[in-house]
Amino acid sequence: MTSNTLTIEAARNALRKREITAVELTEACLAAAGASAKLNAFVHHTPDLALEMAKAADARLASGDAPSMCGIPLGIKDLFCTRGVPSQAASNILSGFTPEYESTVTTKLFADGAVMLGKLNMDEFAMGSSNENSAYGPAINPWRDGLTPGGSSGGSAAAVAADLCIAATGTDTGGSIRQPAAFTGTVGIKPTYGRVSRWGVVAYASSLDQAGPMTKSVRDAAIMLGAMAGHDAKDSTSADIAVPDFEAALTGDIRGKKIGIPREYRMDGMSDEIDVLWRRGAEMLRDAGATIVDISLPHTKYALPAYYVIAPAEASSNLARYDGVRYGMRATLDAGDGITDMYEKTRAKGFGKEVQRRVMVGAYVLSAGFYDAYYNRARKVRALIKRDFENAFADGVDAILAPATPTPAFEIGKKSGNPVEAYLNDVFTVTLNLAGLPGVSVPVGLSASGLPLGLQLIGQPWQEAELLNHAYVLEKSAGFVAKPAKWW
Amino acid sequence: MLDLTFENPKPKVIAGALHDWELVIGMEIHAQVSSNAKLFSGASTGFGAEPNSHVAFVDCAMPGMLPVINEFCIEQAVRTGLGLKAAINLRSAFDRKNYFYPDLPQGYQISQLYHPIVGEGEVLVEMGPGVARLVRIERIHLEQDAGKSIHDMDPNSSFVDFNRTGVALMEIVSRPDIRGPEEAAAYVTKLRQILRYLGTCDGNMQNGNLRADVNVSVCRPGQYERYQATQDFSHLGTRCEIKNMNSMRFIQAAIDYEARRQIAILEDGGSVAQETRLYDPDRNETRSMRSKEEAHDYRYFPDPDLLPLEIEQAWVDGIAATMPELPDAKKARFMGDFGLTDYDANVLTAELDAAGFFEEVAKGRDGKQAANWVINELFGRLNKEGLAIEASPISAAQLGGILDLMAKGEISGKMAKDLFEIVWTEGGDPAEVAAARGMKQVTDTGAIEAAVDEIIAANPAQVEKAKANPKLAGWFVGQVIKATGGKAAPATVNELVNRKLGL
Amino acid sequence: MSIDTETARKVAHLARIRVEEADLPALAGELSNILTFMEQLNEVDVSEVEPMTSVTPMRLKRRADVVTDGDMQDKVLSNAPDAREGFFAVPKVVE
Repeated sequence: MTSNTLTIEAARNALRKREITAVELTEACLAAAGASAKLNAFVHHTPDLALEMAKAADARLASGDAPSMCGIPLGIKDLFCTRGVPSQAASNILSGFTPEYESTVTTKLFADGAVMLGKLNMDEFAMGSSNENSAYGPAINPWRDGLTPGGSSGGSAAAVAADLCIAATGTDTGGSIRQPAAFTGTVGIKPTYGRVSRWGVVAYASSLDQAGPMTKSVRDAAIMLGAMAGHDAKDSTSADIAVPDFEAALTGDIRGKKIGIPREYRMDGMSDEIDVLWRRGAEMLRDAGATIVDISLPHTKYALPAYYVIAPAEASSNLARYDGVRYGMRATLDAGDGITDMYEKTRAKGFGKEVQRRVMVGAYVLSAGFYDAYYNRARKVRALIKRDFENAFADGVDAILAPATPTPAFEIGKKSGNPVEAYLNDVFTVTLNLAGLPGVSVPVGLSASGLPLGLQLIGQPWQEAELLNHAYVLEKSAGFVAKPAKWW
Repeated sequence: MLDLTFENPKPKVIAGALHDWELVIGMEIHAQVSSNAKLFSGASTGFGAEPNSHVAFVDCAMPGMLPVINEFCIEQAVRTGLGLKAAINLRSAFDRKNYFYPDLPQGYQISQLYHPIVGEGEVLVEMGPGVARLVRIERIHLEQDAGKSIHDMDPNSSFVDFNRTGVALMEIVSRPDIRGPEEAAAYVTKLRQILRYLGTCDGNMQNGNLRADVNVSVCRPGQYERYQATQDFSHLGTRCEIKNMNSMRFIQAAIDYEARRQIAILEDGGSVAQETRLYDPDRNETRSMRSKEEAHDYRYFPDPDLLPLEIEQAWVDGIAATMPELPDAKKARFMGDFGLTDYDANVLTAELDAAGFFEEVAKGRDGKQAANWVINELFGRLNKEGLAIEASPISAAQLGGILDLMAKGEISGKMAKDLFEIVWTEGGDPAEVAAARGMKQVTDTGAIEAAVDEIIAANPAQVEKAKANPKLAGWFVGQVIKATGGKAAPATVNELVNRKLGL
Repeated sequence: MSIDTETARKVAHLARIRVEEADLPALAGELSNILTFMEQLNEVDVSEVEPMTSVTPMRLKRRADVVTDGDMQDKVLSNAPDAREGFFAVPKVVE
């Protein structure tokens, strides 16, 4: 067993005891990442930077005063702007873009001594659930060649599952952390909206985007979230709320807690395996001393259409800046082409098909005469969805247990034909983004075909500590230890 | 306070080939908020810097950059609202106005369509003594300025500078209450004056810190009154918007041209197309702006990067408590306290610094005399030298000192003017300067009497004439003052001459 | 909702994305499909509901009126496809 397979927790302990150096750990990860081309998870390798950071981390560890993330090699989703390192959001329109600034999340992680191995694959501008919408080509699920690791944080999930890094950053707009975590047997948490700064993260849908950690264990998620979270004066939507010690909250004691099982999540098209897994998960939590109650979230059905109005609307505006003027790609122009030709050719060439589709849908739902019918109606439905959750929590529910995905990982290309069918992947995850709630995906079992399956726990706003403790109990009870066999 | 009984000015009437037409004008003024930093970034608002040097990453819309609002800009908008007697909305919100243009890096302008920070207010626009138009303000909202495109540096390219991008603007939207080009200019002048008093916009039109979009339509006499009675716009003609004018002269010329253009179309049996037009001062004409027509669907929606803006009434009250005296009130006070004419009060309150200067001079002195001296001597001289009041070489205290010497009878009016000239060029305390130069009128009756006697004795023929026609006594006064080297106090000489001549 | 090719053309232009004439019918079909999916929202009674304005209600952050940024023309221009003499250059714009 090489050190790249370590969790953050194990690596931290070994580093602190000086059983291993950050440089050794980084070299092990760089070697694994360097030999993972078939997974197409890493899209920019930064070995020199990684070793330099690792050396600095070792110095800090030697001084005896190092935070938990010190010396931990990470993969960074390509959506995060990293100074001097290409940051493309997996889009051709940002080809060659090298930011002169560092996102708040990576700044915080690096300030704690974390090491960047490189940038990770994803769906272009985080739009997708299969990592197929990527300028770099799809990332592959380490569990089986030809399968998607999910998306949009597919590269992050694949890299963590394949031990190419100790952990990775992800972002979640409609499920982009939790769904790939479930597809790859890893843990991913989307924090409460406002918990983690969005500054320096390429925007998809501003009112939904939230960054979070993707890790090998719940404890790792707790450790890394603690390093990522916190108020940022540069993000107007970042909450000025104290960040608790998430790791310390992992007591394993959920006796007397009330877990809600939303009946509307039991929907057509859900596989039997997922249904069984969900019941088993509920039993595990009951066995740990929680009370299981049936709850109703009546507007669940409308979450997906509401999401697919709001997210494209915001995206159409957020992505207007990619116009070939200030950075990234500018299409080759013909003689006599004017400014409008430049815009239209650049955006047609630079954006992939799904991004184009969503940008156009977004422009349409905001356009004159349709704003109220689509966008404003969707915002109202969003308020109702949020209210559903508030009512459940007001009734004393501490957390909600639901599936993370309707199916295990599917084959690449299987759902790319029909956009609406592809959107259905997000059915269990988008509700939280609309309501701004925290949610964590935990691997709980294997499907009949040997693929990981995950369940999702949903918490109250700002109660990530309690939510992670529930996830910790579920993780312990499930005892999921399977790892993909290396084929790449 | 100002007497608010005034008459409405007559609307401008343009005689067409077929019949008379009236003008209906509404304005959107873009006033740059006086602030150090931009509306949503920490970059400077300074004018005239190297291109793209006053630019933060958020200003040039780098990926992942986010806006954080400048609190002082909110305060300035509230202060402006209070100055226009407007409703302050404690809850407002920012929306994105989406369109593509090279000087708009985000692809949207952050503005306030649905919930502006300031609601309905008013501006009193005086068009002469007792004649004024009360122009209703519909709203004021905060928004980002765009960058600057330069089209003449390269034959095939436009060059873009984002220094201005993201600077805070207040868009002040009026109702269509303005009825002629002169009124339009007077409205802008008054608004500019108020903003400068408030310190919320420097009003520098040359630098584009105050720009006007003017909506012009024409209608037949009587139609406007029908609109007023019903607020139904269908009584008015189709309007055209003339964009982005930064001179009072251009505003008037553009309105006049545009009205005549519309009248010509209508009298020719055509109809005016609602559109955005640009005024070309070189040709004195307006022309259609096709680039703006194309992207008409702005797809406004609430900016998800910003939460609704909530302000507290107590905070607004705090701003209200520090409001300066505004032009209308100051003018009324100047007229009441100092007995100034409407004209003089207008002149002296046009600029806050000048008003302050005058007040310092007038304090404890004869207000009318102070006004005369400030307007005629000081302003006249400043104008001649092309100086602003702040740069006046003579201070209010110095001018006051000159007036004091005159009031005490120590110097004559003529001496005062000479003294003004000396203090202007050489400085110094007027009393000391006068003393050092022996500028002191003689009030010693004995000395003057001797001079009077001497001149009367030497000019018997003139004495006879003056006795027949007392107006000619002035000749003796002049002779006496001349004989005393200009130092004899004219009032004393006058009295003595009259007595000696038995007038 | 059925989108015709003319509407698809308009939407593409509004979004400033060049779509070849031949691809417009397919685009119209895709957009129609997506919009039909969204029309489920019409089943919801929203008559008494205010649209959601912020996910997490809190006071909007403010910054002080202090110059803390800028003076980095080189960094602002460093990624530009065409920067000249301190400016971003684009094809000639006709106003």
